[in-house]
Amino acid sequence: MTFDSRLFRRWIHRASQAAAGLAALAPLSAAYAEWELNMPRGVTLISREAYDQHMLMLWWCVGIGVVVFGAMFYSMFRHRRAAGHAAANFHHNTFAEIVWTVIPVVILVLMAIPATRALIVMEDTSEADMTLKVTGHQWKWRYEYLEDDVDFFSSLAPESREAIYSDPYATDNYLLEVDNEVVLPVGRKVRILLTADDVIHAWWVPALGMKKDAIPGFINELWTRIDEPGIYRGQCAELCGKDHGFMPIVVRAVPDEEYVAWVDDRHAAQELVAQEALRDWTVEELMVRGREIYITACAACHQQNGQGLPPSFPAITGSEIATGPLDAHLDRVMNGKPGTAMAAFAQQLGDSDLAAVITYQRNALGNAVGDSVQPSAVRAAR
Amino acid sequence: MVTAAPIARANRRLTLRLLAVTAAMFGFGYALVPLYDIVCDLTGIGGRTGIISEATATTRAVDASRVVKVQFVATVNSGLRWEFEGPETPLEVHPGKVYEASFSASNRSKRPVVAQAVPSVTPVGAAAHFNKIECFCFTRQRLEPGETRAMPVRFVVGKEIPRRIGTLTLAYTFFEAEPASASAARRAAASDGIGANG
Amino acid sequence: MSAATTRDAHDDAHHDDHHHHGPEPGVMRWVYTTNHKDIGTLYLVFSFLMLLLGGLLALGIRTELWSPGLQFVEPDFFNQLTTMHALIMVFGAIMPATVGFANWMVPLMIGAPDMALPRLNNWSFWLLPFAFALLISTFFMEGGAPAAGWTLYAPLVLQGGANLPFAIFAIHLMGIASVMGAINIIVTILNMRAPGMTLLKMPLFIWTWLITAFLLVAAMPVFAGAVTMLLTDKFFGTSFFDAAGGGDPVLFQHIFWFFGHPEVYIMILPSFGIVSQVIPTFARKPLFGYESMVYATASIAFLSFIVWAHHMFTVGMPLAGELFFMYTTMLIAVPTGVKVFNWVATMWRGSMTFETPMLYAIAFVILFTLGGFSGLMLAIVPSDFQYHDTYFVVAHFHYVLVTGSLFGIFAGVYYWLPKWTGNMYDERLGKWHFWLSTIFVNILFFPQHFLGLAGMPRRVPDYAVQFADWNMVSSIGGFGFGLSQLLFAWIVLQCCRGGKQATAEVWDGSDGLEWTVPSPAPYHTFETPPAVR
Repeated sequence: MTFDSRLFRRWIHRASQAAAGLAALAPLSAAYAEWELNMPRGVTLISREAYDQHMLMLWWCVGIGVVVFGAMFYSMFRHRRAAGHAAANFHHNTFAEIVWTVIPVVILVLMAIPATRALIVMEDTSEADMTLKVTGHQWKWRYEYLEDDVDFFSSLAPESREAIYSDPYATDNYLLEVDNEVVLPVGRKVRILLTADDVIHAWWVPALGMKKDAIPGFINELWTRIDEPGIYRGQCAELCGKDHGFMPIVVRAVPDEEYVAWVDDRHAAQELVAQEALRDWTVEELMVRGREIYITACAACHQQNGQGLPPSFPAITGSEIATGPLDAHLDRVMNGKPGTAMAAFAQQLGDSDLAAVITYQRNALGNAVGDSVQPSAVRAAR
Repeated sequence: MVTAAPIARANRRLTLRLLAVTAAMFGFGYALVPLYDIVCDLTGIGGRTGIISEATATTRAVDASRVVKVQFVATVNSGLRWEFEGPETPLEVHPGKVYEASFSASNRSKRPVVAQAVPSVTPVGAAAHFNKIECFCFTRQRLEPGETRAMPVRFVVGKEIPRRIGTLTLAYTFFEAEPASASAARRAAASDGIGANG
Repeated sequence: MSAATTRDAHDDAHHDDHHHHGPEPGVMRWVYTTNHKDIGTLYLVFSFLMLLLGGLLALGIRTELWSPGLQFVEPDFFNQLTTMHALIMVFGAIMPATVGFANWMVPLMIGAPDMALPRLNNWSFWLLPFAFALLISTFFMEGGAPAAGWTLYAPLVLQGGANLPFAIFAIHLMGIASVMGAINIIVTILNMRAPGMTLLKMPLFIWTWLITAFLLVAAMPVFAGAVTMLLTDKFFGTSFFDAAGGGDPVLFQHIFWFFGHPEVYIMILPSFGIVSQVIPTFARKPLFGYESMVYATASIAFLSFIVWAHHMFTVGMPLAGELFFMYTTMLIAVPTGVKVFNWVATMWRGSMTFETPMLYAIAFVILFTLGGFSGLMLAIVPSDFQYHDTYFVVAHFHYVLVTGSLFGIFAGVYYWLPKWTGNMYDERLGKWHFWLSTIFVNILFFPQHFLGLAGMPRRVPDYAVQFADWNMVSSIGGFGFGLSQLLFAWIVLQCCRGGKQATAEVWDGSDGLEWTVPSPAPYHTFETPPAVR
């Protein structure tokens, strides 16, 4: 772990800010927009229902609190021995006890009615305009647009990953930025199907107002209709292992036309990737692409410098696999190692990306095997 | 005052009773497994679908006035080098009528693989009304390297399916069915201390 | 509800010879002891050590969360910290502390000479150090301690390595220890009461512990079953929770929370009992609504078995299921409300003084109720979809467990410490401890509500920069609260060593059998049962 003094100075600075905030006991000003207090109202019917229920309950609780604690503080002030108050000796009052059993029941019913109504609205599973299948992986999301034939993985953006051990303030949207955003059309009802590949994850974007678990072998659903264009950020919400805190979700909501254009772009890009996989790549090209892939797909476990976190996550640097025969290296990356955290990447990465990352692992991170892999070799190994 | 001996006897009796309760509750923890299965089958929690026979299915009346969209989703666990696809377009079905949909799986690895498909239906309210007559998920599937096989499922959507459900999704996930050697390997990996990868 | 008429006759000469012996000299006293007071002390000391250890792990968490970015620990170790912090606090600190109270106070409050099963008592305590040595040893294993959260959700927990069987065996030992402890408490309360002490004359602390003990007997074995299934899934080829083999990972959550929700009440009910003893003493007025308190406790215990799925609304449940668990959960607010109202009514028109136990009891009532409010909010399914697995939940259960259970335990320690040691603790320092703890604990946990609402998930080692400020505030509170507990250790030590002599009654408003024996309570008490009117 590196310890740099710039970071330390920043801590001191933040600490003084925090102390100031504490002293004021209130959000300071617009300049301190981070002192966020409340749930966002969000941009969907569901998020607004959640927000309204939340605020309603909050005010109920404040009201009850004022009455109960008010009585308590009044009593503590008036019925002190220091104030000369002599103790009464009652210990029972059936009427009072019935009253404070019945009143809470009535209040609970008043709370339950709107909550039930909201829940029925939220569980509306009727006709949707499109379906997005989301699969949780350790530690990335896979998005498949079932009708539009778009399919990609989405991982923590490389800029964020690089900032973890240096300066989180140096990048925009630290930990809430991905390499591939989910794009959804505004005003369309989207049915989101959730499942997972390894352990349980949970897909959650606060502005959309709903989270649901993604469970391996099972399928769950939630739906959303986004009202306003914008970028909405969220995170995995179910502990899913080491990098649970590093698998964000970014949803970009756009008007219909833009969505259609994006789908076309995606198709073109997928086509381009397929084309690119057919030609021979230079070693430089492989190394540049390989580094990008390494950071998004490998660095979480094997670390950016390739040292890994032994014994769970072995080093790439000097490893038998990464410096040994090419076939074994290809096999390990493509098929993983059963019974361990090493996933199979054959599904997750295309031919060129696999060729690039394997080449990178063999010729960087302190390794210098000197050979390279072409996409065609990966294709042959499939 | 009660003398010591009867108290000791009473204590022993109560202790043994409470130990029996403890043992029973330990058993109850295990009983929750089949109980959960029963609740799932009844309510469709966990996307649990029903199974009925061909004979039962064909005697049912068809509700031709209603159309439910059945969407198919195919998932392959990343540990398995298979390709697996379902029908791309949803099927519009009448409740009560028997339909067949065909999935297709091919083994892309270089060794014969046995795999098991796990079915799941969403929304939860629909699962209990989705009945399979015949399914490739009833048994394990073995594919030789490079082999492709059509995998049909025959099903009927119950007439009692709630009105508010217009679309339901039938999802299958294929997992490698653990051959004896693999489970031994997993156990060995576990006793190595940790799940080391490389 | 109990009014004693006779002073204890512990030192009367008509007892058998062996009763005259005090404790054995030397360290073997503690190993061989079957004396309920010794064992109670052992439990309390052990739980305080675990509180410090669990607190140290919590400070590790708060240190890493001081600012964004990773500075001190790796993510996997962070997950070990959160998991072990919870396991140690739940099974090592809170539960043994309340069992310590039961050991010390149950015989004294019901007029019994000792626990019903003294040898079993010794054994159930001495299992604990071994269980925790086993659990803590996993930190030093290859791959480290369990890191899947104290909820041990499958399939994540099955990815763990060598630590898993050790942690599961440790949990089994803790389970056996606490079930045996619970059985002992039930048998003692039901069979060993002094003549005349009918069930509805028992002090409320005894009632809450009786109900807690039944919860333990019913819930712990289910947990033992659940972790055994994990063990066989991992090592013996079963697939209870593995979808590929026909199992279901959600089943684990159902079984876990079937135990887990009663467990929450196992931790809070004894504190309810303590507070129900403390408030009447310092209000100089009998407990208001004694019988409704008993029924409220019993209905909370019953409800705790039918609300479990509110911990897992996001797994995908039918609407009817969501509504059922929402309504039953909301219903818990009724008996809980009755308890709070009764405490306030006990204070009403009393003649209150505010010694440290009373301060802690009052803080308990207010802050536990705050935790109850957020619990009620969490019950509302539509907004729970937003709150679930965020820091809002973390804030909620720490209000219930720290300012609830732990503050109740603090109240009890200050309340009975003079009876245990024969000396008064330093009231001035006690008040310092109270105010420092109360201020810092709120700085620690209140901002976590804001963090959760603003969208920070729980169990993350690092966070986006917009969460930086409240996290830093929370960490400041964490360090302050942690350090304040050293003062507590000092106060207790000082009180054990000496101080103003305590009278038998200790507090001028005290009522109950435990105040009829001298302070410190002699090694053997109530060998002749007292008569209870």
